[in-house]
Formats: sequence, C-alpha cells, structure tokens
Amino acid sequence: MLIQLQDVVKIYNLGAHFIEVPALQGVSLNIERGEFVAIMGPSGSGKSTLMNIIGCLDRPTKGSYFLENTDVSRLSDRELAKIRNRQIGFVFQTFNLLPRETALQNVELPIIYAGIKASARKEKANQALGQVGLAEREAHKPNELSGGQRQKVAIARALVNSPSIILADEPTGNLDTTSGKEIMQIFGELNKEGRTIILVTHEAEIATYAKRFIKMRDGKIVEDSSK
Amino acid sequence: MNFWESVKVALSGIAANKLRSLLTVLGVIIGVGAVIAMLSLGEGARVQISERIAGLGTDLLIIRPGRFGLPGAAAGARGSADVLTFEHARALVQNTSSIIRVAPEVSRTVTISAGGTNLRETVVGTTPDFTEVRRTSVAYGRFFDNEEIERASRVAVLGSGVANELFTNASPLGQMIRIDGRSFTVIGVLAERGQRGMFNTDDNIYVPLTTAQQRLFGTKYLGTIYVQARENNLVRQAEDEASALLLVELGNTELFFIQNMGEILATAEETAKTFTFLLAGIAAISLLVGGIGIMNIMLVSVTERTREIGIRKAVGASGKDILFQFIIEAVVLSATGGILGILSGVVISRLASSFSGWPVVVSMTSIVFAISLSLAVGLFFGIWPASRAAKMDPIEALRYE
Ligand SMILES: Nc1ncnc2c1ncn2[C@@H]1O[C@H](COP(=O)(O)OP(=O)(O)OP(=O)(O)O)[C@@H](O)[C@H]1O
Ligand SMILES: [Mg+2]
Repeated sequence: MLIQLQDVVKIYNLGAHFIEVPALQGVSLNIERGEFVAIMGPSGSGKSTLMNIIGCLDRPTKGSYFLENTDVSRLSDRELAKIRNRQIGFVFQTFNLLPRETALQNVELPIIYAGIKASARKEKANQALGQVGLAEREAHKPNELSGGQRQKVAIARALVNSPSIILADEPTGNLDTTSGKEIMQIFGELNKEGRTIILVTHEAEIATYAKRFIKMRDGKIVEDSSK
Repeated sequence: MNFWESVKVALSGIAANKLRSLLTVLGVIIGVGAVIAMLSLGEGARVQISERIAGLGTDLLIIRPGRFGLPGAAAGARGSADVLTFEHARALVQNTSSIIRVAPEVSRTVTISAGGTNLRETVVGTTPDFTEVRRTSVAYGRFFDNEEIERASRVAVLGSGVANELFTNASPLGQMIRIDGRSFTVIGVLAERGQRGMFNTDDNIYVPLTTAQQRLFGTKYLGTIYVQARENNLVRQAEDEASALLLVELGNTELFFIQNMGEILATAEETAKTFTFLLAGIAAISLLVGGIGIMNIMLVSVTERTREIGIRKAVGASGKDILFQFIIEAVVLSATGGILGILSGVVISRLASSFSGWPVVVSMTSIVFAISLSLAVGLFFGIWPASRAAKMDPIEALRYE
C-alpha cells in the first residue's frame, strides 16, 4: 500500500484565544500505487488540510500516516523535507513559482536540493519542460507566461525528480476551461505512465478525468467510489 | 544542496535588491574603513615615535637630580637639585667599564642679544662630547673643545633656530652676542633637528660647561648628565654601574634618578599601542552599527521572502539549506563591506596622512583583523534572521501574502 491514513485528526489552535478548529475529524484512507484520485467537497471541508498531510507539509494532530510503510509521524523535519523532495510532487492552485527565476530555473529547484550536478540538472529540467509542452519557454520568467503555462511549469517542477506521487490542490482553480483541460490531459498521461495522482477540485467535469472519487464534508470522508 | 549552490542562491538574493544591499554594505564599509584608518594612523604614529626616540640613541641614560628627576621632588626643597657635579660626570666615564662618554648639562633661560635683537632663550653649558652623545652635528663652524672648557672661554654654539632669529641671513660665525650682558663669540651653528620637548636642540645656545657654571649661573652643580653606554646591549650594565657609583658618592638613592632611553622607548611604544587600540575600538563601534544594519535588512528580507522560503521548503529544502542560504547572504554582504572597507580605510589614511603629515602604516595584521571582524559581524548578526527563516513552517510560509 502506498498511502495509509488511519483515523487522522487535524485540529488548528487559533492564536491567543485557544479556539480549536477541527479541520479533519477522523479520516481513514488507503491509496494504491498508480491510482488517480479526485477529492471534492464544499469549501472548508478539509481537502487542503488532507493534501498537506499526505504531502508531508503538515503533521496530523492524531492518527497515523504510513507512506510506503514508513510511519511519517516518527520522521524528523529533515527527513520530511527529503520525502517532499524525492517522493512527492506538489502542484498548487496559485502556482507558487519563484518570480525572479526563469521557467527552467524553477523546474530545477527540487533537483538542486536533491544534490544533482548542474549539467545533469539542466537535462532533467529540460526534459520535464518538454513533457508538459513548454520546451521553448525555458528562459521565460513566470510573469512572461500565461496562467496555464505557469501551471505547466509548476507541473514540470513537480515531476522533475520522478516522484511516485503527484498532489495537486485545485490545479485548475485559477485557469480557464481550455487550459484546465490541457492540464488534466497532462495529469492523465502522467497517470498512464504509472504515477499516483491525487487532486482536489471543485469542478465535476475536472473530476471525470480521475478513476476514483472521494467526497468530504466537515473534515470527514462521506463518499468514496471508483469508476 | 552543496555549498556553491547555496552561494549562488544567496548572491541572487542580494542582486534582487541592489540598492538595499549596497546601503547595507555601506554600513560595514564605514565601520571597517574606520578601523583600518585608525589602526594605520596609530601604527604610523607608533613607528614615528619609535624612530625618533631610537634616533636619539637607545644606548643613552639620562641622570637627573631628585627623586623622579624632578628637582625638589625628594625633600620638597629647591636645594635638592644641587647634587650632581662635573666631577661625578667625569667619574662616570673613568670609574666604569660600560660607559664610553658623558655629556653633563646645566641650563637656564636668560636674555640674549645681538645687534638690535633681544631674545629669551635657554643657555646650556656642556662638554665637547655633547655632539656624540646627543647625536647632533655642527652645520657651520665648530663645537668648543676641551681647552675652551679648561679656560672657561666665552664662546657659543647656536642652535639653528636661534641663529636664524638673531642673524636672519647673515653668517653668525665670528659675531659677538651678549648672554645675560656678557659678550660671547659665536664659533658654530648646530644642524637643524626639528624636534620638540626635551630633545630639542634648535632653540638652545651652547657654551662650555665651565663658562656656564662660573661666569653665567654661578653654580657648581649640573642639571642633567647624558650617559652613553659603550654598546647598545651594555645599557643595563651602565645603568647599574652609574647607580652604584652615584650611591657611593652621594650616599642616598633618593638624590638622583636614572632614566634609560630603551625603557623610554618601550614605554612610548606601549602608550602608542594602547592609544591605537583605543581609537580602533571606538571605530569598531561603527562596525557594530553596520552589523546591526545587516541584521535589520536580513530580518526584512526574511519576512519579504516568506513565500519563497515556503516554496523552497515545499520542494524539499531542509531547514539547514534555508539557514545556510541566509547566513551566506549575510556573510557575503559583510565580507564585501569588509573588502571595500579595507580599500577605503587605506585611501582615507593615505589622505589623512598627506594632509596632516602623519605617517601611516597599513599592516597585514590590521587587514586580517578587519576581515575576520567583518566576517564575524556577518555571522553573528546573520544567524538570528537566518534561523528564523529556517524554522518557518512551510504551510504558513506558503499562505503568507
Ligand atoms: N492555519 C489554519 N489555522 C486555523 N484554521 C485553519 C487553518 N487552515 C485551515 N483551517 C481551517 O480548517 C478547515 C479546513 O480548511 P481547508 O483549507 O482544509 O479547507 P478546504 O476544503 O481546502 O477549503 P477550500 O475548498 O476553500 O480550499 C477550515 O475550517 C479552515 O478554516
Ligand atoms: Mg483548499
């Protein structure tokens, strides 16, 4: 099993007033290698929180999370950083590219931290850019690219280090329908290559690209169905 | 991530905000520049003082009457100055092995006149060995000889300053001058020395010791005996021998005081060094202010780049990677400031020296000191902002607007 969550609870403490906000209230979920999962649900239902925990950006308050049979809760911050670098590629709704760097440099970022040598890095980054169809845009900075192109750069960055899991939190949320479809086609192809893809979306049409649907409400999974 | 990648990232961070980086560096430039300038000027002053004192001869002892060489310091009475005599001076040469020659002196300030000019100057009675012992030379004419000492001749040798004041452009040789109303023949003029204080010879008039004692001042005592050791390394022995001899002659160590030029040199160097460090210490405070500038800018930069930090962490940067990135940024800023500061410090001290005539010595030690100080400042003031960046939670950093 690739991803195993057991009774995961996430509670945020709001600042000085000690108000507890339950974002996840007991989520259990198993995802196998090669799945294509779409997570849907109303705003505030805990989708992003769940994605952040799966992506090792955040830790659960309670419950257990096993990633490839490793208990993630026992890992240090350094080891979590390594997992984010090697095993997970994250795609955000707001792209999160470094504005001063070119497309190529942005794609190179994860493999710089992976310690790969400069020459090999360029080749890998170019290859990843080619895979999302942006080979000729390598020297462009993010503000010289369209929204769809920026998201493609972000996807290239997510897959440059050949992670087994790609997580996308509303990757088409800031894009028009055409660009959205292009992005989803890329995800479809990556899934065909064998990568596990988990994405959050509000749009039913986008979700149809996935093979498994999870619906959340109030920090719980209320529906889990496969095509 | 390896070291050079961290440096590259840090450099691009600095380049992203050129003006701000420049102003930050300026603080360090001023600090390091001030430290270098102070050290260089101080070292220059020390070297100059040492050279001057060494130029007077480190093989010299100076013997004066009184507890600390100050007349009257022993008993509080004026009379305690009346201790040392010409016979003592002679005995110092004859009865010791380490003393080669002495120059006894007695001096008073009196009125001099020549032509229509009146001056109040110091008249010094001494012996022919004066020129050797005090390392001076006669520019025109000659110094008086032993025969003139014996006869208590009324001859005078003028310091170059006095010669200029009394005779302007005319040659003073063979001219008559009046010292305290008595007429003297000028037989020589000393070479210009240009020093002040107790080593000045330019503004004095030199007459035979016996003449001064018998004809002018009416005393048989001396003010000072300059003693020259046979060799530089015999000064200590000369001091011991002189001290022992005078103790036997005078019966009391409180009646005379011996100064050793080597020791005076050491003291002066010590003083100059202390002074240099004091100045450099004050200058280092401005470096501290520069360091606080770096910390300030680094804190701003860390806050501004919160999102960047979040992105880097999300794609796999560890806290250590982020820590390095920002520490290197701070150290690059301070090291750049250090190097430019050294250059400007050298330029400033050269300028100051060309305006004031002080010598400067830019020592390797002060450069190494300034560089390591600026690196330490960068490290010290960069670590806190950098560790704040390193500790950021990736989710919160990504959410930062
Ligand atoms: N840092 C935080 N501090 C406090 N509460 C938070 C924090 N992050 C999320 N929450 C709360 O947790 C709950 C779940 O948030 P989450 O972002 O997971 O929702 P979501 O399903 O992604 O919503 P959306 O579709 O609008 O993105 C919300 O009620 C939110 O207010
Ligand atoms: Mg969300």
